[in-house]
Amino acid sequence: MAYQIVASTCTACGACEFECPNGAIRMKGDIFIVDSGKCTECDGAHDSPQCAAVCPVDGTCIPL
Amino acid sequence: MSSAIIPLNALGRQKSAQTGGCSAQGCGSGGGQAADGLAPDIWQRVKDHPCYSDEAHHYFARMHVAVAPACNIQCNYCNRKFDCANESRPGVTSERLSPEQAARKVVAVASRVPQLSVLGVAGPGDALYDARRTFETFDRVAEVLPDLTFCLSTNGLALPDWVDEIAARRIGHVTVTVNMVDPEVGARIYPWIFHGHRRWTGLDAARILHERQMEGLERLAAKGVLVKVNSVMIPGVNDDHLVEVNRWIRERGAFLHNVVPLISDPGHGTRFGLDGQRGPNPAELKGLQDRLDGGVRLMRHCRQCRADAVGLLGEDVSQDVTLDKLPETPVYDPAPRAAYRAVVEREREDRHRAAAAATAGLARSGLPARLVAVCTKGGGRINQHFGHAREFQVYEVDGRGVRMIGHRRADNYCLGGDGDDDRLDDIIAALAGIDTVFAAKIGHCPKRDLAKAGIAVIDSYAHDYVETALADWFQAALPAAFTA
Ligand code: SF4
Ligand code: SF4
Ligand code: SF4
Repeated sequence: MAYQIVASTCTACGACEFECPNGAIRMKGDIFIVDSGKCTECDGAHDSPQCAAVCPVDGTCIPL
Repeated sequence: MSSAIIPLNALGRQKSAQTGGCSAQGCGSGGGQAADGLAPDIWQRVKDHPCYSDEAHHYFARMHVAVAPACNIQCNYCNRKFDCANESRPGVTSERLSPEQAARKVVAVASRVPQLSVLGVAGPGDALYDARRTFETFDRVAEVLPDLTFCLSTNGLALPDWVDEIAARRIGHVTVTVNMVDPEVGARIYPWIFHGHRRWTGLDAARILHERQMEGLERLAAKGVLVKVNSVMIPGVNDDHLVEVNRWIRERGAFLHNVVPLISDPGHGTRFGLDGQRGPNPAELKGLQDRLDGGVRLMRHCRQCRADAVGLLGEDVSQDVTLDKLPETPVYDPAPRAAYRAVVEREREDRHRAAAAATAGLARSGLPARLVAVCTKGGGRINQHFGHAREFQVYEVDGRGVRMIGHRRADNYCLGGDGDDDRLDDIIAALAGIDTVFAAKIGHCPKRDLAKAGIAVIDSYAHDYVETALADWFQAALPAAFTA
């Protein structure tokens, strides 16, 4: 289980990268991507997936 | 005496008889006042900062670097996805910079723009959310340009966590955007905040934000940081409420209050824009500012600059200094800035003396105040051709003096060489309530068309100081009984 970023609506603000407890998000070229191998959906670390909670565009950080 | 006014008799300044009277910003020094009615030590800290002193904004330039793309709250008046080179509002920028790139850009600009005095981090997100990027930028620049003034803008949510770091870096100017002190009002402006690893909405979000803003403001002020509070005026949502905001921030030591009009073009895709929430017109903005007069010192010359703005206020050259146009390793040459500063010191003294002399007689006049517009390229002079004006500075003249009270945008009437009529109509609309414009020069046709619209354009004061020209003009209009 992992999250993903919808590139077409992402503003590339980087807030998700800053919040991710697992360092699973990084910039690749002009867009941000989730490394699904590292993403834990924030299980055990926080009550809700941090990327989705901080993202300014609803529906951009969503379950894979 | 209103705090936003440059009293004419203080323009000559040196040793003004007034002491006290500085209640608005609680400067507490009680010593002789310096320019702008400020205590001398405070004047030293704001005299080169174009946003903190409307006197300084005639001479000095500031530069914003866009190293803070991420934000921790959502505002209904902001849409950071929009990114357009013609934009001119906070939160919009076309270049995202790493701290290292930003420092490179600052050094290159400082060598080319001798007026540069201030480096600010103002977004496009929040400067204190991912604060390490902001601080790293300042640290890198400080190594090369230790005399630049540093400032940053924040929504205040993360501010209490960073007060000590800010003070330690001698970041002496911080802007906090405060749109409400009542969570009920806040809930209509902020759909959510991200705090303590979770998203908060509604009244909870507004209450947390409000508490953090007030804590941050109070602690910064206690450290001697000059805090400017920006408030976005949203008609029907917080316009009356900003009187209350002004009182709260005064009690917590804010230095300046800057009320900016909501920008809500639906094309920007902001919540307010899409919902048809309108911004205030110039008369409404001035009406509110006049109600706030006497509280915290007001800033009336803000241009709501882009997050990567470069240059004098109202004159953005950011598109000329994008990263691809800069040298790989710029070498800083301090000579132009030093030479420019020396010129400004002389020019300032001269201007203050001239203004004081020219306006000495005004105090006897009981004539009603007049609003006029001025075309200027800086230096406090009427030195711009009407057709080149991208904005007009608005001054109020009456028996108490000549004061800048705002500006009106008029995006370059003269684009094609000889202006076209639609633009002139826009300018006439932008000048609502103003019947006299001062310019260095104006073409025959626009002058005639403006006259038909009831607006007189005067170009006989070309290159004079604004204060001397307006005082002379106002004086000339006085009936003999007043001048006797
Ligand atoms: S869900 Fe959590 S772990 Fe996964 S990418 Fe988002 S922030 Fe990182
Ligand atoms: S927080 Fe959302 S908009 Fe910002 S970079 Fe991450 S996915 Fe994109
Ligand atoms: S946005 Fe306002 S406060 Fe910021 S630099 Fe521009 S004029 Fe100054």
